[in-house]
Amino acid sequence: MSGTVRIVVDDELISGRDGQTIAGVLIGSGRIAWRTAQHGERGVFCGIGVCHDCLVTVNGVEGVRACQRRAVEGDRIEREVRS
Amino acid sequence: MTHVAILGGGPAGLAAAQAALAAGAAVTLLDEGGRLGGQFWRHHAGITDPRMQHGFERFERLLGSLERAEVHSGAAVWSAELRDGGDGGGGRIVLRAVVGDADAADRRPVVVQADAVVVATGAHDLALPVPGWTLPGVTTAGAAQALAKRDGVSVGRRTLVAGAGPFLLPVAQSLALVGATVVGVHEASRTGALARGWLPKPWELLGKSGELAEYVGALVRHRIPYRIGSGVVRVLGVERVEGAVVAQLDTQWRPVPGTERVIECDAVALGHGFTPRLEAAIMLGCEVEGDRRGRFVVVDDAQRTTMPGVFAAGEVTGIGGADAALAEGAIAGFRAAGLAQDDPRLRDALRVRDRMRRLARRLERAHGIRPGWTAWLDDDTIVCRCEAVTKGAIAERAEVPLRAMRLATRAGLGPCQARTCGRAVEAIVAEARASAAVTGAAGEAVGGANAGAQGDGAVGFDRRPLLAPVRLGELAEPTEPASDENRNEAWPSGCSA
Ligand SMILES: Cc1cc2nc3c(=O)[nH]c(=O)nc-3n(C[C@H](O)[C@H](O)[C@H](O)COP(=O)(O)OP(=O)(O)OC[C@H]3O[C@@H](n4cnc5c(N)ncnc54)[C@H](O)[C@@H]3O)c2cc1C
Ligand code: FES
Repeated sequence: MSGTVRIVVDDELISGRDGQTIAGVLIGSGRIAWRTAQHGERGVFCGIGVCHDCLVTVNGVEGVRACQRRAVEGDRIEREVRS
Repeated sequence: MTHVAILGGGPAGLAAAQAALAAGAAVTLLDEGGRLGGQFWRHHAGITDPRMQHGFERFERLLGSLERAEVHSGAAVWSAELRDGGDGGGGRIVLRAVVGDADAADRRPVVVQADAVVVATGAHDLALPVPGWTLPGVTTAGAAQALAKRDGVSVGRRTLVAGAGPFLLPVAQSLALVGATVVGVHEASRTGALARGWLPKPWELLGKSGELAEYVGALVRHRIPYRIGSGVVRVLGVERVEGAVVAQLDTQWRPVPGTERVIECDAVALGHGFTPRLEAAIMLGCEVEGDRRGRFVVVDDAQRTTMPGVFAAGEVTGIGGADAALAEGAIAGFRAAGLAQDDPRLRDALRVRDRMRRLARRLERAHGIRPGWTAWLDDDTIVCRCEAVTKGAIAERAEVPLRAMRLATRAGLGPCQARTCGRAVEAIVAEARASAAVTGAAGEAVGGANAGAQGDGAVGFDRRPLLAPVRLGELAEPTEPASDENRNEAWPSGCSA
């Protein structure tokens, strides 16, 4: 029923199901961590927008919760590294 | 016409909206999710497996009833205030939100002014820290559920589900339905507690519609082992989850030495209960009650909070499941719209609510967090995930006031604002103070420690300057309705923090 949606993650094109969140597309493509925190890598923890573990940069805008944002065709996702 | 604002579009908020509309009020409903339905009816057509949905016809009827309401989804409400009476027009409740894609830079400000508000902000999972829980592959049980329902995916192929409470069962079922192997469900409570809690009337637990039987059936069908008095005490792995150590837990949830065994898995879903999203109610001035084991918005039989015109319903008032939330929402909506308590339209909802409240008390007795869990922490276990603050660092400063401890360690000061670690930090502080009091002087200090561990008054970590993440630029936007009398209003203090 649902079509596909393609997003670019660190210059690689990956596809997911239309309607998935960015986290859903990332996990569907086999990624489970995409942010560098003080102590190691993080991906989804709470899944509902509470913990901020899953932050990514989307189309140049930093600090987007991947578990809350619906993936849109052509979105460019960049990893975030905690300084 | 009375104007009722509803904050939250889960079962409680939707039922409140339907009731308030039926009673003749004008209704504005705001929810930060892209779709209404809250945690219970999280869905996406074409992705969500219908076997994970329950009572969906009810949901569709509720949505249908919203035709006459003003509905804002994708609306992150960041401020909720009661303004002083006497200024006439528009009502005393003021909610401020930004509307658009989650965390986008170009969200549109919306201000809602109403005569009454129903706070129905729900709850999120409470996952207790465990050594290794920051490894990729560890999520909350709710995240596993949300990813399965909303996105049709699972983080791992072999998932261990652990924690406490009946919610672990639908999580295991959903994981199995998206193709993951659930290597076990580990429930911390023991038979005795369960027997006193819900075993006498198990059908009340997950709705009358046979949900429980369905989940138990799923465990059997998918050959998922269910263990009680057992929990994950350590997650193993270097770059990601490679396994987990489970152990038997005593009645206080202390690991029983010598019972540890390693289970191979690549994901762990932890859920030790739920914690309400209290910040909107607290910002509105509502009283909250409880201690570090659980704090909730105080409501009376009419779902009225301690503030005039402010009602609360659903999991912010107690963890009772979707049926309780629906009933409380209906009562709150009717009352907020001006119906009397003895109006016949309230009768059904009152009956259901009272039954579900009794059930909620039994659930808490059966599955409520026991203090012994801190024994599975090491001194170097990260407790505050945002700021990487360890158990040792927190316990070391347990004697100073909570606020000073937070500033010194940064525990709870990261982006999640202690939503994830708050309860755990309070428990560690209370325990450290209690053991200091035992080895030190008076027993009287223990009582003091417990009171003090709640921190700033009764609200501990639950007071937050902003209800939802907003960008500084969005705060600078004019967010008042375009009428002259409102234009010059100053910002509420604290919102630029
Ligand atoms: C992740 C998760 C998954 C769950 N899944 C299930 C399940 O599958 N089955 C089950 O029986 N129970 C489930 N539960 C339990 C569930 O919480 C209750 O059964 C039920 O959803 C409670 O209804 P509610 O209306 O009180 O709250 P919720 O359903 O939580 O609804 C609250 C709503 O308020 C909104 N909100 C909160 N703060 C703001 C704000 N500042 N601005 C705007 N909107 C806001 C949220 O977006 C949310 O939609 C789950 C709980 C969680 C945390
Ligand atoms: S996983 Fe917690 S905010 Fe996205």
